[in-house]
This record gives sequence, C-alpha cells and structure tokens, in this order.
Amino acid sequence: MQAFEKLVRQYERQVFRIAQHIVQNREDAEDVVQDAFLKAFEKLDQFQGNSKFYTWLVRIAVNEALMRLRKRRTGRMVSIDEDVETEEGSMPRDLADWSPDPESMYGQSEMAEILRKTIQGLPPGFRVVFVLRDVEGLSTEETAESLGLSIPAVKSRLLRARLQLRERLARYFKKRDSRSSQGGAK
Amino acid sequence: MTCTEFLAELDEMLDQDVAIPLRADLQEHLRCCEHCEITLNTTRKTIQIYRSHELYELPDSLRERLHTAIMAKCRKC
Repeated sequence: MQAFEKLVRQYERQVFRIAQHIVQNREDAEDVVQDAFLKAFEKLDQFQGNSKFYTWLVRIAVNEALMRLRKRRTGRMVSIDEDVETEEGSMPRDLADWSPDPESMYGQSEMAEILRKTIQGLPPGFRVVFVLRDVEGLSTEETAESLGLSIPAVKSRLLRARLQLRERLARYFKKRDSRSSQGGAK
Repeated sequence: MTCTEFLAELDEMLDQDVAIPLRADLQEHLRCCEHCEITLNTTRKTIQIYRSHELYELPDSLRERLHTAIMAKCRKC
C-alpha cells in the first residue's frame, strides 16, 4: 500500500491535467482521477512490466475520462475516434505571420483563457494526442500505447492537432500591422 | 519539394528527427517558401506556448483532498 501511495503522489498531478483536458470540467476530472487510481490499484496484478506504469495508468485514466464524457452526453458514444475524419488542419490556410512575442500581447490569465478555449475546440481524438505528446511529453510510442492507437494514427492526429491549434491561435497572435502573406501552398 | 511533401515531414522537423539528406531538401524548400516557413515557426511556437502554460493546476488543498479520497477507497477494496 505504501508503494502504491508513492505512485499516487508521483502521478496525481499529471493524471488530473490529462483528465481535465478531456472532460473539461473540474468536478468530473476529480472523479476521473479517483476512479483511475482505484482501478489501477484493483488491476495491479494485471500490470505487466513490459510497459511503464505511467503509460498503463494514463490508458486507464483516458478510458475513464471518455466514459465520463459519454455519461455527460446521456449515453452518446464518445471515443477517441470521434470527429477525426474532418479535413480541417490538413493544409494550413492562414498565412499571416505571428507577432514575434505573442505572449506579451496578453496578460497571464487572459492568455490561459485563450489557450484553454482554443484547445477545447479540438475534437477529443486530436486533443488527447496533443496533450499526451506535446504537453505531457510522452513519446509517440507511449502515446500510441496509452490510447490503443497505431503509431501512424498518432502521428497523423498529432500533425493535424498541431496545425489546427496553430490556425486557431493565429487569430489572437497575428502581427497586428501586417497583411497576410500573398504566397500560397504549392 | 512541394508544400504537401514538406508538411508530411513537419512533425519530424519539429521533433528534430529528420535524416540528414532529407533535412537538406526541407531547408532548401524553406528558403524559397514563406508559407511553409511561417507554418513551421508558428507551429513550433504553438507547442512552446502550450508547454509553458499550466492550464489546469491542481491546487495543494484539492490535491490533498483527492489523495486522501483515493487512498481511503483503495484501503476499502
């Protein structure tokens, strides 16, 4: 029990962040964290040392978070495949360059609100890949294992998540005194 | 190299995981394509900004409450 408590201490912040990114609601995220650790504790004998404990735990937490989303949407199916067939983000459209220091354009809390709002607009299947890979720093392989996706699927979703976020942030961070570049994709 | 071919390698460029011969082709494309240069730089900035802002902090009081609740549930099962 002591060893498990140490693991809870070590990973509770990360699991909370991931849960909140998926469910987008603090109360649900709290429930997800509790349920994920409880489930991990119950299934500890099923954990095989061929993956990292954290990767295994993230997989449990992501599933719990998606189940919570489904409950909130009164039973409508929610999966990490939802809405990923969109064409948005496959080719950048907004060609305007950003201000050299976009973070100086907004206060700290305003910036956090912009970033939250922007990432919340992504389909869950893109959002969770971006969060695991780029925010939490998991490798492509660990992200694939956590989500039960293939490596090419992770790579494809990551690219589109990054491009969609970039495109959506451009409306806040554009150079205010410049016109869009006239050069287009070839 | 076309913009579509460049974009297919964008993640590798961002993760600095590009083989040397291909890197030269990508750099060459960047020299003459402002569109892709902007896309690369602003996508890189997007990742940096998200990495440097903690959007969902877990305050110490909530962390303690959660921790206690988790351990209490685990002890019961």
